[in-house]
Order: sequence, then structure tokens, then C-alpha cells
Amino acid sequence: MSQTTEGPTPQDPAGDDSQTRRDFLTLATVTVGVAGAGLAVWPLVDSMNPAADTLALSSIELDIKPIQPGQRVTVKWRGKPVFIDRRTPERIKKARADDGAKMPDPQADKDRVKKAEWLVLIGICPHLGCVPLGQKSGQPRGEFGGWYCPCHGSHYDFSGRIRKGPSPKNLQVPEYKFLNETTLLIG
Amino acid sequence: MTAPSEPPQASSTDGKPGIIEQAKDWIDYRMPIFTFMEHELNEYPTPKNLNYWWNFGSLAGIVLVILIVTGIVLAMNYTPHVDHAFDSVERIMRDVNYGWLIRYVHMNGASMFFLVVYIHIFRGLYFGSFKPPRELLWWLGIVILLLMMMTAFMGYVLPWGQMSFWGATVITNLFSAIPWIGDAIVTWLWGGFAVDNPTLQRFYSLHYLLPFVIVGVIFLHLWALHVHGSNNPLGIDRESAKDSIPFHPYYTIKDLFGLGVFLIFFMGIVFFAPNALGEPENYLPANPLQTPAEIVPEWYLLPYYAILRSVPDIAIPFTGIVLMKAKLAGVIAMFGSILILFALPWLDFSPVRSARFRPITKQLFWVFVVVCIVLGKVGANPPNLAVFSGIEGFKYIHLGQIATTYYFAYFLVLMPLLAKFEPTRPLPQSISEPVLRDRDESGE
Ligand code: HEM
Ligand code: FES
Repeated sequence: MSQTTEGPTPQDPAGDDSQTRRDFLTLATVTVGVAGAGLAVWPLVDSMNPAADTLALSSIELDIKPIQPGQRVTVKWRGKPVFIDRRTPERIKKARADDGAKMPDPQADKDRVKKAEWLVLIGICPHLGCVPLGQKSGQPRGEFGGWYCPCHGSHYDFSGRIRKGPSPKNLQVPEYKFLNETTLLIG
Repeated sequence: MTAPSEPPQASSTDGKPGIIEQAKDWIDYRMPIFTFMEHELNEYPTPKNLNYWWNFGSLAGIVLVILIVTGIVLAMNYTPHVDHAFDSVERIMRDVNYGWLIRYVHMNGASMFFLVVYIHIFRGLYFGSFKPPRELLWWLGIVILLLMMMTAFMGYVLPWGQMSFWGATVITNLFSAIPWIGDAIVTWLWGGFAVDNPTLQRFYSLHYLLPFVIVGVIFLHLWALHVHGSNNPLGIDRESAKDSIPFHPYYTIKDLFGLGVFLIFFMGIVFFAPNALGEPENYLPANPLQTPAEIVPEWYLLPYYAILRSVPDIAIPFTGIVLMKAKLAGVIAMFGSILILFALPWLDFSPVRSARFRPITKQLFWVFVVVCIVLGKVGANPPNLAVFSGIEGFKYIHLGQIATTYYFAYFLVLMPLLAKFEPTRPLPQSISEPVLRDRDESGE
């Protein structure tokens, strides 16, 4: 590439033209090489994404009959805690009354549940991943009565929405559906 | 070590070169490794005025070797699986011959590594070792620091205790602050939907790999060092051969003495307070359903953790419009606190290297050291705890914000200002000059 312009030589009869040809060949080789290397690296990178068996483990069925109104239960799903909260009518009322309040990640309570009585949440604080307290009676539940994350002080309300503290997002709602009146499928 | 290129020496009685000399010559002719070693380790000319702050580079190298050796032996008994990792470490502690010793040396060795390297870096800051022509050397050092932090973080996950698990959870979650692709990156880091077995296994693989990468970067670090040689406490270049002495025996013996003192300290901790620097919580097996009351990293990462937690939402004053959430801003500040070191040669562009000749720099440097220690203290305490039990309004978060402000102001504001305006004291003519002058004055 760095060859300076020379006149036509026996090996190089085309003179300057050969330079463009050589440049083209170099460029083409480099391009194909880089693309090839990129393609070869992708399987290595992607091998670090969740494997098929990890993905396959990703739904659970749960019998919710024994859960009493006002009771909260934790189950493990995809290695994380899932909070199941059978809400009492007054908690539902409080959650809905707050729909218009100022909050960092506004969302109406009815968009966060399939049946108002059952609030299903991923029990991981969206701030930096701690498990918020409040599942067991006696644990602190924060200023809004829902959950409290002790790690950096995030307060969640009866709908699991962030109301105070560093978390930018509400407690997330996992994918779930009710298979029948008493069975919940998470995932 | 003798130079193979010199005429054969009388190492055997009949005047012919001994068998060892011959073997060395044979090898050296084909691959001049002995010439290289002679050149870089024996006759290597070194400033004659280095003080004990110059011991910490070689100490760091030795600690790294200790970590690699103990690590390899630990790996022979460790099982990287969520169901067995914790128990396999307990087995090392209880059943494996000297397993307790090997683990305690490895565990506390990591602390020693950071201690020694932090002193090494502060040395560089004080004496201006990052200034031309040593910028690349300085950069390679920061790369080493970043690699060390990654290695130590992943190593801490391996025993799969409560702090292992929750530390890993909090730190990997930092990446979710990256806009749009953050969550995908975190899933990729985990290899799942939470810190779990795939995470543990990849961390083990990388924890084994990275120290050898560090060895490689140290090689480059030393290569860069040996081009222009060490800086020195006066921060001036060497003028004549009079300013240098050969590395061996002068600095080999000094490094060796320092090593002795250091090992007494290191082994004192290993034998008398092996868990003093650790977190008792990590002797409980990991439980993904229960967060410990307080998540704290190891001491050497506390200052960065304090910076992470000190940064609030970045908003336009009086409007309430949030430009950047605290989480992202904190993460940027935390990484920035280290990355800013790369810019040092340009932030402090004063031609005078050593703080000895810079009266204000010298004082602000010590304030900076104290601020780093304060940040460590802040990182170890809950943000909403009062700093002094009498004064409720002044909490650790406030102390952290003050310290973080100084940390960045020191680099971004004070350094450039001082470089431009600080009156510096006159530099000596040469490294030998102050010594010779003192001798004249004392009438010798
Ligand atoms: C594993 C970690 C490290 C090892 C083993 C190591 C080793 C060494 C050694 C043996 C020297 C020569 C002796 C001395 O001047 O003390 C040196 C010099 C130096 N190192 Fe490091 N180093 C490490 C990390 C770092 C880091 C993290 C930085 C900075 C961010 C750094 C910056 C420097 C500088 C600027 C010099 C030249 C110092 C001078 O001549 O004044 N090093 N290193
Ligand atoms: S992890 Fe919950 S507040 Fe930080």
C-alpha cells in the first residue's frame, strides 16, 4: 500500500492502476477478515447468554388456594423471589386512590394486576437488586405500607410502585396467568 | 549473574569456563535471555536517591506471585457450583492439609495487593511519576488497577456466601443503568435471570484467567518503565552517570529488606487476625431470597461504593426536571473516579514533578489522601446514619457528598489551577547536587 508511484515495470505493467487494484485487494481482504472475525466471535459472546435449559426452567405453577386475604407469599422463579400478595379490599382501595399521586414511574394500579385481589411482583428492587422487606409480618414496609428496600431506602406502595428513594422503577410484574381459580402460572 | 558476552571467567580452576558458564553461553547465543536479564535486573541504572516509597512496585509483583501460587492450589480443591462451592471452601478450611493457611494467605493477599498498589499509586501522584515521559507507564498501571478490581470482585463471589451473592447482584445490576441495552447486558453477564450457577462458573473461569492478563500488562508496565527509568523523589531527570547506581545489589537488597518487613506485617494478619478485613456475613451460605441487612464490599472497594451512593438525581435547579437519574449518575461517577486518572498527565501539566517543590500541591495531596480514607469510611456505613452521634442532621450521605466533591475537584479544578499558578521552589541542578552540597556544608 505504501508503495510510491513508479512507472510501469515488467512485474507491474499497469503502473499506477495496479496500485488501486492492490489497494482494493487489501481493503477487500481486511473487510472479509474483520467480518469473518466478527462472525466467529458471535457464538462465543452468545454462549454467555442464558442457555436453553436455563430458559426452559422459566415457568412455575402455583396453588394459591391456601393464601389468605392480607397474606403475602414468596416463591422462587428463575432464581429470583416472586412476591404474591393477596390484597385486602382496603389495600386495593388505597392503591387505587394513589393512582394520581406524583411518583417517579407513574402507572395505574389496574394496569399492574390481572385480578385486583392478586398482586404478583418480582421481589427484586429495580435499584440495585436487593430483596425488599415486607413479605413477613413484622418486617418494615416503608412509608407507603407496601415494601421497603433496606439497601438504599426505597419505599414501595400497596401496588408495588416506587414512591420514595433511589429506585427509578416500580417493582416489576412478571408474566403470569391464572390457569383456573386456584392455580397461577408464572412465566 | 555474570555477563555471558564477557570473556569467559575463571569459574573453574584450570581457567576454562565451567560447564554452567558454557551452558549459559550456549543458550544466550541462541536467545539472549541472560544478556537481557543482566541488562534489566543487574546493571540496570537506577536513580541513586530512591526512598522507601519506591519499594511498593516490587512488593506488588511479589504479592501477585503469592496470589497466583495460592490460587492454583486452592483451585485443586474448589468446586464451582452453587450447590458445592460454599461446602468445598469449608472443606478446604477444615479438611485439606494446610488448606486454612492457603486460603487465608490468598484472601488476605488480595487485601495486601490493593494496599501495596494504592500506596504505589499515591507515590506516583505525590512525586509526579505520571508526567512526561511516563504517561504510558501510568496508563498501564491504571489498566492493571482495573483488572485487579475485576479479578478481586469475581474472586470474592467464589465462596458463594451471602456477601458473595449479594455483592455480585448489586455490582452486576449497576450495568442495568446503561440506557436501553442495560437489561440485556445484565442478563448476558448473568447467563440467566439472576446471579446463579452460570454466573458462578464464568466468574471462576475469568478469575483464573485475569491474573495472567495482569502479568502480561505488568510486563508492558515494566518495559515502559525501563525505557526512561524510574522517577525519583526530586522528580528531576538524571544528568550524568553520577546520578545512577546499578539496580543490583543496591536496590535488590533494599527491595529484599522491604519485603521482609512487609511479610512480617502480612503474616501477622494471616496468623493473628485472618478475618479482620472480611465480612462475617460471608460465612453464611448464599440465599437468593434474603438480602443481608447491609451489603458492603471489601474495604478496598469502599471508596468507590461511597461515590456511587453519594450522587443524587441530577436536576435543573428549581424546575424539578431530572436530567439524569441518581442510579446512572452514580455509576458514571464511580467509573469516572478511576477513569479520570487517565487524564492526569494533562490535568496537572506543571513541569515540576515532585510535590517537594510544590508547597500547596503537597498539602492538597495529603487532604486528598484523607478524603479517600473518609470515602472508605462512608462506604462502610449506611447513608442515613448520623456521622457523630450528637448531631442528627449530618449523615454519612452528606459526608460522602462533600468527600466526592473534593475528590473530583482535586483533579478537575485544583490540579489545573495549581499547575498554572502555584509558585514552585527552585529545583536542584542534579540528583547529586543536594547531597554534595550537604557534604560541603557539614565540612566533610
Ligand atoms: C499489579 C500491580 C503493579 C505492579 C506489580 C507494579 C510494578 C511496578 C514496579 C516493579 C515498578 C518499579 C518500581 C517502583 O517504581 O516502585 C513500577 C513503577 C511504576 N508504576 Fe507500577 N505496578 C503495579 C500497579 C501500578 C498502578 C495501578 C499504577 C498507577 C495507576 C502504577 C504506576 C506506576 C508508575 C507511574 C511507575 C513509575 C514510578 C516511578 O518510576 O516513579 N503501577 N510498577
Ligand atoms: S437496591 Fe433497593 S434501594 Fe438500592
